[in-house]
Amino acid sequence: MDSIAVVGASLAGLRAVETLRRLGFAGRLTLIGAESHLPYDRPPLSKELLSGEWDHDRVVLRKAPYDELDLELLLGFRATALDAASRAITLHDGRTVVADGIVLATGAAPRVLPGLPALDGIRTLRTLDDCMGLRADMERGARVCVIGAGFIGAEVAATARARGLEVTVLEALEAPMVRGVGTRIGASLAALHRANGVDLRTGVTVEAVEGDGRVERVRLAGGDVVACDVLLVAVGAAPCTDWLDGSGLVIDDGVVCDETLLAAPGVVAAGDVARWPNPTFDGESMRIEHWTNAAEQGMHAASRLLAADGDGAPFAAVPFVWSDQFGVKIQSAGRFSGADRMEVVHGAIDEHRFVAIFERAGRVSGVLGCSEPRRVMQYRRLIGARTPFDEALTALQ
Amino acid sequence: MRVSVNFDLCKSNAVCMDAAPTVFEVRDDGYLYVLQEEPGEELRAEVEAAVATCPTQAITLEG
Repeated sequence: MDSIAVVGASLAGLRAVETLRRLGFAGRLTLIGAESHLPYDRPPLSKELLSGEWDHDRVVLRKAPYDELDLELLLGFRATALDAASRAITLHDGRTVVADGIVLATGAAPRVLPGLPALDGIRTLRTLDDCMGLRADMERGARVCVIGAGFIGAEVAATARARGLEVTVLEALEAPMVRGVGTRIGASLAALHRANGVDLRTGVTVEAVEGDGRVERVRLAGGDVVACDVLLVAVGAAPCTDWLDGSGLVIDDGVVCDETLLAAPGVVAAGDVARWPNPTFDGESMRIEHWTNAAEQGMHAASRLLAADGDGAPFAAVPFVWSDQFGVKIQSAGRFSGADRMEVVHGAIDEHRFVAIFERAGRVSGVLGCSEPRRVMQYRRLIGARTPFDEALTALQ
Repeated sequence: MRVSVNFDLCKSNAVCMDAAPTVFEVRDDGYLYVLQEEPGEELRAEVEAAVATCPTQAITLEG
Protein backbone atom coordinates (compact mmCIF):
# COMPACT_ATOMS: atom_id res chain seq x y z
CA MET A 1 0.00 0.00 0.00
CA ASP A 2 1.69 3.20 -1.21
CA SER A 3 -0.94 5.86 -0.54
CA ILE A 4 -3.74 6.40 1.97
CA ALA A 5 -6.37 9.13 2.10
CA VAL A 6 -8.31 9.90 5.28
CA VAL A 7 -11.60 11.74 4.73
CA GLY A 8 -12.61 13.67 7.85
CA ALA A 9 -10.17 15.70 9.95
CA SER A 10 -11.60 15.39 13.41
CA LEU A 11 -10.73 12.96 16.21
CA ALA A 12 -11.15 9.66 14.32
CA GLY A 13 -9.30 10.94 11.25
CA LEU A 14 -6.46 12.40 13.30
CA ARG A 15 -6.00 9.24 15.37
CA ALA A 16 -5.99 7.27 12.10
CA VAL A 17 -3.15 9.27 10.52
CA GLU A 18 -1.16 9.25 13.77
CA THR A 19 -1.56 5.48 14.05
CA LEU A 20 -0.61 4.87 10.41
CA ARG A 21 2.69 6.70 10.92
CA ARG A 22 3.30 5.01 14.28
CA LEU A 23 2.86 1.64 12.62
CA GLY A 24 5.47 2.57 10.05
CA PHE A 25 3.37 3.52 7.02
CA ALA A 26 5.80 5.65 4.98
CA GLY A 27 3.74 6.32 1.84
CA ARG A 28 1.75 9.36 0.76
CA LEU A 29 -0.79 10.25 3.44
CA THR A 30 -3.58 12.73 2.74
CA LEU A 31 -5.92 14.16 5.37
CA ILE A 32 -9.02 15.85 4.00
CA GLY A 33 -11.21 18.07 6.20
CA ALA A 34 -14.31 20.07 5.28
CA GLU A 35 -13.62 22.70 7.95
CA SER A 36 -10.71 25.10 7.60
CA HIS A 37 -9.49 24.42 11.16
CA LEU A 38 -6.85 21.94 12.20
CA PRO A 39 -8.41 18.96 14.04
CA TYR A 40 -9.95 20.17 17.29
CA ASP A 41 -11.67 18.68 20.28
CA ARG A 42 -15.47 18.87 20.34
CA PRO A 43 -16.47 18.13 23.97
CA PRO A 44 -15.34 21.60 25.19
CA LEU A 45 -17.65 23.23 22.61
CA SER A 46 -20.59 22.74 24.98
CA LYS A 47 -18.53 23.36 28.13
CA GLU A 48 -15.25 25.26 28.65
CA LEU A 49 -15.08 26.93 25.24
CA LEU A 50 -18.75 27.92 25.28
CA SER A 51 -18.48 29.28 28.81
CA GLY A 52 -15.60 31.56 27.84
CA GLU A 53 -13.32 29.85 30.36
CA TRP A 54 -11.14 28.66 27.44
CA ASP A 55 -10.05 30.37 24.26
CA HIS A 56 -10.27 28.57 20.94
CA ASP A 57 -6.53 27.79 20.80
CA ARG A 58 -7.04 25.46 23.80
CA VAL A 59 -9.12 22.97 21.81
CA VAL A 60 -6.50 21.90 19.25
CA LEU A 61 -6.33 18.11 19.39
CA ARG A 62 -2.72 17.59 18.52
CA LYS A 63 -0.10 19.48 20.49
CA ALA A 64 2.89 17.84 18.73
CA PRO A 65 4.06 19.33 15.41
CA TYR A 66 2.21 18.27 12.26
CA ASP A 67 5.51 18.08 10.34
CA GLU A 68 6.24 14.79 12.09
CA LEU A 69 3.20 13.24 10.39
CA ASP A 70 4.32 14.32 6.89
CA LEU A 71 0.74 14.86 5.68
CA GLU A 72 -0.77 16.29 2.58
CA LEU A 73 -3.27 18.38 4.52
CA LEU A 74 -6.36 19.47 2.60
CA LEU A 75 -8.38 21.62 5.00
CA GLY A 76 -11.47 23.41 3.76
CA PHE A 77 -12.05 20.70 1.17
CA ARG A 78 -15.37 18.88 1.22
CA ALA A 79 -15.48 15.40 -0.28
CA THR A 80 -18.47 15.15 -2.62
CA ALA A 81 -18.16 11.65 -4.09
CA LEU A 82 -16.33 8.34 -3.77
CA ASP A 83 -15.85 5.44 -6.13
CA ALA A 84 -14.99 2.59 -3.78
CA ALA A 85 -13.87 0.24 -6.54
CA SER A 86 -11.19 2.61 -7.90
CA ARG A 87 -10.76 4.34 -4.50
CA ALA A 88 -11.16 7.76 -6.08
CA ILE A 89 -12.42 10.67 -3.97
CA THR A 90 -13.89 13.76 -5.62
CA LEU A 91 -13.56 17.08 -3.77
CA HIS A 92 -15.89 20.08 -3.98
CA ASP A 93 -13.52 22.00 -6.25
CA GLY A 94 -13.58 19.14 -8.75
CA ARG A 95 -10.19 17.69 -8.01
CA THR A 96 -9.77 13.95 -7.48
CA VAL A 97 -7.67 12.15 -4.87
CA VAL A 98 -6.90 8.52 -5.65
CA ALA A 99 -5.33 6.28 -2.99
CA ASP A 100 -4.63 2.60 -2.33
CA GLY A 101 -6.38 2.83 1.02
CA ILE A 102 -9.17 5.06 2.32
CA VAL A 103 -10.36 5.85 5.85
CA LEU A 104 -13.90 7.25 6.02
CA ALA A 105 -14.26 9.48 9.09
CA THR A 106 -16.71 12.18 8.03
CA GLY A 107 -18.62 12.13 11.31
CA ALA A 108 -22.17 13.29 11.80
CA ALA A 109 -24.10 16.53 11.47
CA PRO A 110 -26.89 17.97 13.63
CA ARG A 111 -30.40 16.93 12.74
CA VAL A 112 -32.74 19.80 12.01
CA LEU A 113 -36.42 20.15 12.81
CA PRO A 114 -38.71 20.13 9.80
CA GLY A 115 -40.55 23.38 9.22
CA LEU A 116 -38.23 25.70 11.16
CA PRO A 117 -38.36 29.26 9.78
CA ALA A 118 -35.14 30.97 8.62
CA LEU A 119 -34.52 33.33 11.55
CA ASP A 120 -31.33 34.71 13.05
CA GLY A 121 -30.55 33.28 16.44
CA ILE A 122 -31.57 29.70 15.60
CA ARG A 123 -28.48 27.60 16.06
CA THR A 124 -27.11 24.08 16.14
CA LEU A 125 -23.88 23.04 17.87
CA ARG A 126 -21.33 20.81 16.23
CA THR A 127 -18.43 22.88 14.95
CA LEU A 128 -16.00 25.41 16.37
CA ASP A 129 -17.73 28.13 14.35
CA ASP A 130 -21.13 27.04 15.75
CA CYS A 131 -19.70 27.33 19.26
CA MET A 132 -18.21 30.78 18.78
CA GLY A 133 -21.51 32.03 17.33
CA LEU A 134 -23.52 30.68 20.27
CA ARG A 135 -20.95 32.06 22.68
CA ALA A 136 -21.27 35.52 21.15
CA ASP A 137 -25.06 35.31 21.66
CA MET A 138 -24.53 34.32 25.29
CA GLU A 139 -22.12 37.19 25.85
CA ARG A 140 -24.90 39.55 24.85
CA GLY A 141 -26.92 38.17 27.77
CA ALA A 142 -29.43 36.28 25.67
CA ARG A 143 -32.37 34.36 27.05
CA VAL A 144 -31.56 30.84 25.90
CA CYS A 145 -34.06 28.23 24.78
CA VAL A 146 -32.88 24.71 23.98
CA ILE A 147 -34.95 22.18 22.07
CA GLY A 148 -33.83 18.69 23.06
CA ALA A 149 -32.47 17.56 26.44
CA GLY A 150 -29.91 15.07 25.20
CA PHE A 151 -26.27 15.35 26.21
CA ILE A 152 -25.58 18.47 24.12
CA GLY A 153 -28.75 20.27 25.14
CA ALA A 154 -28.24 19.46 28.82
CA GLU A 155 -24.59 20.52 28.78
CA VAL A 156 -25.37 23.81 27.05
CA ALA A 157 -28.12 24.46 29.60
CA ALA A 158 -25.65 23.87 32.44
CA THR A 159 -23.05 26.15 30.82
CA ALA A 160 -25.60 28.90 30.19
CA ARG A 161 -26.82 28.73 33.81
CA ALA A 162 -23.22 28.98 35.01
CA ARG A 163 -23.07 32.25 33.05
CA GLY A 164 -26.19 33.39 34.88
CA LEU A 165 -28.43 33.26 31.81
CA GLU A 166 -32.12 32.44 31.76
CA VAL A 167 -32.46 28.95 30.26
CA THR A 168 -35.52 27.01 29.16
CA VAL A 169 -35.12 23.42 27.93
CA LEU A 170 -37.90 21.77 25.95
CA GLU A 171 -37.93 17.98 25.77
CA ALA A 172 -40.49 15.75 24.05
CA LEU A 173 -39.77 12.73 26.27
CA GLU A 174 -40.57 12.50 29.98
CA ALA A 175 -37.02 13.16 31.24
CA PRO A 176 -33.68 14.51 29.98
CA MET A 177 -31.10 12.19 28.43
CA VAL A 178 -33.56 9.29 28.40
CA ARG A 179 -31.86 7.60 25.47
CA GLY A 180 -28.56 7.76 27.33
CA VAL A 181 -29.60 7.03 30.92
CA GLY A 182 -33.18 5.71 31.03
CA THR A 183 -36.17 7.29 32.78
CA ARG A 184 -35.31 6.63 36.46
CA ILE A 185 -31.88 8.25 36.31
CA GLY A 186 -33.20 10.82 33.83
CA ALA A 187 -35.66 11.93 36.49
CA SER A 188 -32.82 12.54 38.97
CA LEU A 189 -30.97 14.60 36.35
CA ALA A 190 -34.15 16.58 35.71
CA ALA A 191 -34.16 17.43 39.42
CA LEU A 192 -30.48 18.43 39.22
CA HIS A 193 -31.22 20.83 36.35
CA ARG A 194 -34.27 22.34 38.07
CA ALA A 195 -32.37 22.78 41.34
CA ASN A 196 -29.83 24.79 39.36
CA GLY A 197 -32.42 27.09 37.87
CA VAL A 198 -33.09 25.51 34.48
CA ASP A 199 -36.71 25.84 33.40
CA LEU A 200 -36.93 22.24 32.16
CA ARG A 201 -40.19 21.28 30.50
CA THR A 202 -40.57 17.62 29.66
CA GLY A 203 -43.23 15.87 27.60
CA VAL A 204 -43.81 19.00 25.53
CA THR A 205 -44.36 19.44 21.80
CA VAL A 206 -43.02 22.42 19.87
CA GLU A 207 -45.72 23.79 17.62
CA ALA A 208 -44.06 26.84 16.10
CA VAL A 209 -40.95 28.98 16.24
CA GLU A 210 -41.64 32.65 15.60
CA GLY A 211 -39.88 35.98 15.24
CA ASP A 212 -39.40 38.96 12.99
CA GLY A 213 -36.02 38.47 11.32
CA ARG A 214 -34.67 37.11 14.59
CA VAL A 215 -36.07 34.35 16.78
CA GLU A 216 -38.37 35.72 19.52
CA ARG A 217 -40.49 32.87 20.86
CA VAL A 218 -41.32 29.18 20.78
CA ARG A 219 -44.97 28.23 20.86
CA LEU A 220 -45.85 24.90 22.49
CA ALA A 221 -48.83 22.64 21.92
CA GLY A 222 -51.33 23.59 24.63
CA GLY A 223 -50.66 27.30 24.23
CA ASP A 224 -47.55 27.98 26.37
CA VAL A 225 -45.06 30.45 24.89
CA VAL A 226 -41.33 30.60 25.68
CA ALA A 227 -39.69 33.95 24.89
CA CYS A 228 -36.04 33.71 23.85
CA ASP A 229 -33.21 35.55 22.06
CA VAL A 230 -31.37 32.44 20.96
CA LEU A 231 -32.72 28.99 20.17
CA LEU A 232 -30.44 25.98 20.15
CA VAL A 233 -31.81 23.00 18.27
CA ALA A 234 -30.16 19.94 19.83
CA VAL A 235 -32.17 16.99 18.57
CA GLY A 236 -29.39 14.57 17.71
CA ALA A 237 -27.12 14.00 14.76
CA ALA A 238 -27.15 12.00 11.53
CA PRO A 239 -24.09 10.40 9.92
CA CYS A 240 -22.54 12.33 7.02
CA THR A 241 -23.04 9.81 4.23
CA ASP A 242 -24.89 11.80 1.55
CA TRP A 243 -21.64 12.18 -0.36
CA LEU A 244 -21.32 8.37 -0.54
CA ASP A 245 -24.45 7.87 -2.69
CA GLY A 246 -23.35 5.86 -5.70
CA SER A 247 -20.00 4.96 -4.11
CA GLY A 248 -20.72 1.23 -4.18
CA LEU A 249 -20.65 1.05 -0.39
CA VAL A 250 -23.59 -0.17 1.68
CA ILE A 251 -25.12 2.76 3.60
CA ASP A 252 -27.71 2.13 6.31
CA ASP A 253 -27.67 4.83 8.98
CA GLY A 254 -23.91 4.91 8.61
CA VAL A 255 -21.29 3.17 6.48
CA VAL A 256 -21.88 -0.55 6.96
CA CYS A 257 -18.62 -2.31 7.87
CA ASP A 258 -17.63 -5.83 8.82
CA GLU A 259 -16.53 -6.55 12.38
CA THR A 260 -12.99 -5.36 11.56
CA LEU A 261 -14.29 -1.93 10.32
CA LEU A 262 -13.66 -2.83 6.67
CA ALA A 263 -16.38 -1.41 4.38
CA ALA A 264 -14.92 -2.58 1.04
CA PRO A 265 -11.50 -3.80 -0.11
CA GLY A 266 -9.07 -1.03 0.90
CA VAL A 267 -11.82 1.07 2.52
CA VAL A 268 -12.36 1.33 6.29
CA ALA A 269 -14.59 3.58 8.39
CA ALA A 270 -14.26 5.04 11.89
CA GLY A 271 -16.13 7.25 14.32
CA ASP A 272 -19.69 8.59 14.16
CA VAL A 273 -20.08 7.55 10.52
CA ALA A 274 -19.21 3.84 10.99
CA ARG A 275 -21.70 1.04 11.62
CA TRP A 276 -20.29 -2.34 12.55
CA PRO A 277 -21.30 -5.58 14.31
CA ASN A 278 -19.74 -5.41 17.79
CA PRO A 279 -18.48 -8.88 18.87
CA THR A 280 -18.63 -7.89 22.56
CA PHE A 281 -22.43 -7.69 22.22
CA ASP A 282 -23.02 -10.81 20.11
CA GLY A 283 -22.56 -8.91 16.87
CA GLU A 284 -25.19 -6.24 17.58
CA SER A 285 -25.03 -3.63 14.83
CA MET A 286 -23.89 -0.35 16.36
CA ARG A 287 -23.08 3.20 15.34
CA ILE A 288 -21.63 5.19 18.24
CA GLU A 289 -21.39 8.99 18.43
CA HIS A 290 -19.06 9.19 21.41
CA TRP A 291 -15.59 10.66 21.74
CA THR A 292 -13.78 7.58 23.01
CA ASN A 293 -15.23 5.43 20.24
CA ALA A 294 -13.95 7.84 17.59
CA ALA A 295 -10.45 7.72 19.06
CA GLU A 296 -10.45 3.92 19.43
CA GLN A 297 -11.95 3.27 15.98
CA GLY A 298 -9.59 5.73 14.29
CA MET A 299 -6.67 3.71 15.64
CA HIS A 300 -8.25 0.36 14.85
CA ALA A 301 -9.27 1.32 11.31
CA ALA A 302 -5.70 2.44 10.58
CA SER A 303 -4.21 -0.86 11.67
CA ARG A 304 -6.95 -2.75 9.79
CA LEU A 305 -5.99 -1.00 6.57
CA LEU A 306 -2.38 -2.11 6.94
CA ALA A 307 -3.31 -5.73 7.76
CA ALA A 308 -3.43 -8.30 4.98
CA ASP A 309 -6.84 -9.30 3.60
CA GLY A 310 -8.69 -11.64 5.93
CA ASP A 311 -6.18 -10.87 8.64
CA GLY A 312 -7.80 -7.98 10.50
CA ALA A 313 -8.76 -8.14 14.15
CA PRO A 314 -12.41 -7.47 15.04
CA PHE A 315 -13.23 -4.18 16.75
CA ALA A 316 -14.62 -5.45 20.05
CA ALA A 317 -15.53 -2.54 22.28
CA VAL A 318 -17.56 -1.37 25.23
CA PRO A 319 -18.90 2.06 24.23
CA PHE A 320 -18.19 4.75 26.82
CA VAL A 321 -19.48 8.28 27.23
CA TRP A 322 -19.15 10.98 29.86
CA SER A 323 -20.79 14.32 30.52
CA ASP A 324 -20.14 17.04 33.09
CA GLN A 325 -23.14 19.03 34.30
CA PHE A 326 -23.40 21.23 37.39
CA GLY A 327 -20.32 19.62 38.91
CA VAL A 328 -21.69 16.09 38.47
CA LYS A 329 -19.70 13.70 36.27
CA ILE A 330 -22.08 11.37 34.45
CA GLN A 331 -20.43 8.32 32.86
CA SER A 332 -21.84 5.28 31.18
CA ALA A 333 -20.44 2.26 29.41
CA GLY A 334 -21.94 -0.61 27.45
CA ARG A 335 -25.52 -1.03 26.28
CA PHE A 336 -28.73 -0.63 28.20
CA SER A 337 -32.17 0.87 28.06
CA GLY A 338 -34.85 1.64 30.59
CA ALA A 339 -36.32 -1.78 29.85
CA ASP A 340 -33.36 -3.70 31.24
CA ARG A 341 -33.03 -4.90 34.83
CA MET A 342 -31.09 -2.31 36.82
CA GLU A 343 -29.40 -2.63 40.19
CA VAL A 344 -27.87 0.28 42.09
CA VAL A 345 -24.62 -1.19 43.42
CA HIS A 346 -23.15 1.89 45.10
CA GLY A 347 -24.56 5.12 46.47
CA ALA A 348 -27.96 6.66 45.81
CA ILE A 349 -29.36 7.93 42.51
CA ASP A 350 -31.00 11.02 43.97
CA GLU A 351 -27.76 12.12 45.64
CA HIS A 352 -26.10 12.15 42.17
CA ARG A 353 -23.39 9.85 43.45
CA PHE A 354 -24.02 6.22 42.53
CA VAL A 355 -23.23 3.33 40.24
CA ALA A 356 -25.99 1.28 38.57
CA ILE A 357 -25.49 -1.80 36.43
CA PHE A 358 -27.81 -3.27 33.81
CA GLU A 359 -28.54 -6.84 32.76
CA ARG A 360 -29.16 -8.29 29.33
CA ALA A 361 -29.22 -12.01 28.48
CA GLY A 362 -27.83 -12.89 31.90
CA ARG A 363 -24.74 -10.72 31.55
CA VAL A 364 -23.81 -7.29 32.80
CA SER A 365 -24.38 -5.21 29.66
CA GLY A 366 -24.08 -1.66 30.94
CA VAL A 367 -22.97 0.56 33.78
CA LEU A 368 -23.95 4.10 34.60
CA GLY A 369 -22.49 6.22 37.33
CA CYS A 370 -22.49 9.74 38.66
CA SER A 371 -19.22 11.02 40.15
CA GLU A 372 -17.85 7.48 40.53
CA PRO A 373 -15.27 7.23 37.70
CA ARG A 374 -13.17 4.54 39.32
CA ARG A 375 -16.05 2.12 39.78
CA VAL A 376 -17.58 2.84 36.38
CA MET A 377 -14.29 1.82 34.75
CA GLN A 378 -14.07 -1.33 36.85
CA TYR A 379 -17.53 -2.36 35.67
CA ARG A 380 -16.64 -1.42 32.09
CA ARG A 381 -13.98 -4.12 32.24
CA LEU A 382 -16.55 -6.63 33.50
CA ILE A 383 -18.79 -5.81 30.53
CA GLY A 384 -15.90 -6.36 28.13
CA ALA A 385 -15.19 -9.69 29.80
CA ARG A 386 -18.89 -10.68 29.32
CA THR A 387 -19.27 -11.30 33.04
CA PRO A 388 -22.53 -12.90 34.28
CA PHE A 389 -24.73 -10.29 35.96
CA ASP A 390 -24.96 -12.08 39.31
CA GLU A 391 -21.20 -12.38 39.46
CA ALA A 392 -20.81 -8.66 38.68
CA LEU A 393 -23.28 -7.83 41.45
CA THR A 394 -20.94 -9.24 44.04
CA ALA A 395 -17.57 -8.69 42.35
CA LEU A 396 -16.95 -5.13 43.49
CA GLN A 397 -19.01 -4.87 46.65
CA MET B 1 9.58 5.87 28.39
CA ARG B 2 8.32 8.43 30.85
CA VAL B 3 4.67 9.17 31.59
CA SER B 4 3.47 12.55 32.80
CA VAL B 5 0.01 13.90 33.51
CA ASN B 6 -1.07 17.52 33.35
CA PHE B 7 -3.28 17.64 36.42
CA ASP B 8 -4.71 21.01 35.39
CA LEU B 9 -6.33 19.21 32.45
CA CYS B 10 -7.14 15.83 34.05
CA LYS B 11 -10.82 15.41 34.91
CA SER B 12 -10.55 11.89 36.31
CA ASN B 13 -12.62 10.17 33.64
CA ALA B 14 -10.50 7.08 34.33
CA VAL B 15 -10.33 6.01 30.69
CA CYS B 16 -6.55 5.63 31.14
CA MET B 17 -7.19 3.23 34.00
CA ASP B 18 -9.12 1.02 31.56
CA ALA B 19 -6.37 1.16 28.93
CA ALA B 20 -3.37 0.69 31.26
CA PRO B 21 -4.52 -0.45 34.72
CA THR B 22 -1.01 -1.07 36.06
CA VAL B 23 0.07 2.48 35.23
CA PHE B 24 -2.97 4.64 36.04
CA GLU B 25 -5.39 4.49 38.93
CA VAL B 26 -8.26 6.79 39.84
CA ARG B 27 -8.92 6.33 43.54
CA ASP B 28 -12.01 6.84 45.65
CA ASP B 29 -10.87 10.39 46.40
CA GLY B 30 -11.58 11.10 42.73
CA TYR B 31 -7.97 11.84 41.79
CA LEU B 32 -5.72 10.11 39.30
CA TYR B 33 -2.52 8.50 40.56
CA VAL B 34 0.31 7.46 38.25
CA LEU B 35 1.48 4.11 39.62
CA GLN B 36 4.60 3.89 37.44
CA GLU B 37 6.16 7.01 35.96
CA GLU B 38 8.65 4.97 33.96
CA PRO B 39 6.79 1.84 32.88
CA GLY B 40 8.59 -0.96 31.05
CA GLU B 41 8.56 -1.31 27.26
CA GLU B 42 6.08 -4.19 27.49
CA LEU B 43 3.46 -1.61 28.50
CA ARG B 44 4.07 0.75 25.56
CA ALA B 45 0.96 -0.26 23.59
CA GLU B 46 -1.25 0.13 26.66
CA VAL B 47 0.20 3.53 27.56
CA GLU B 48 -0.07 4.76 23.96
CA ALA B 49 -3.74 3.74 23.98
CA ALA B 50 -4.20 5.68 27.23
CA VAL B 51 -2.57 8.78 25.70
CA ALA B 52 -4.72 8.56 22.55
CA THR B 53 -8.02 8.00 24.37
CA CYS B 54 -7.60 10.45 27.26
CA PRO B 55 -10.67 12.71 26.91
CA THR B 56 -8.77 15.75 28.12
CA GLN B 57 -5.40 15.11 26.39
CA ALA B 58 -3.77 15.24 29.79
CA ILE B 59 -1.22 12.43 29.37
CA THR B 60 2.16 12.81 27.68
CA LEU B 61 4.60 10.06 26.84
CA GLU B 62 8.28 10.81 26.34
CA GLY B 63 10.93 8.46 25.05
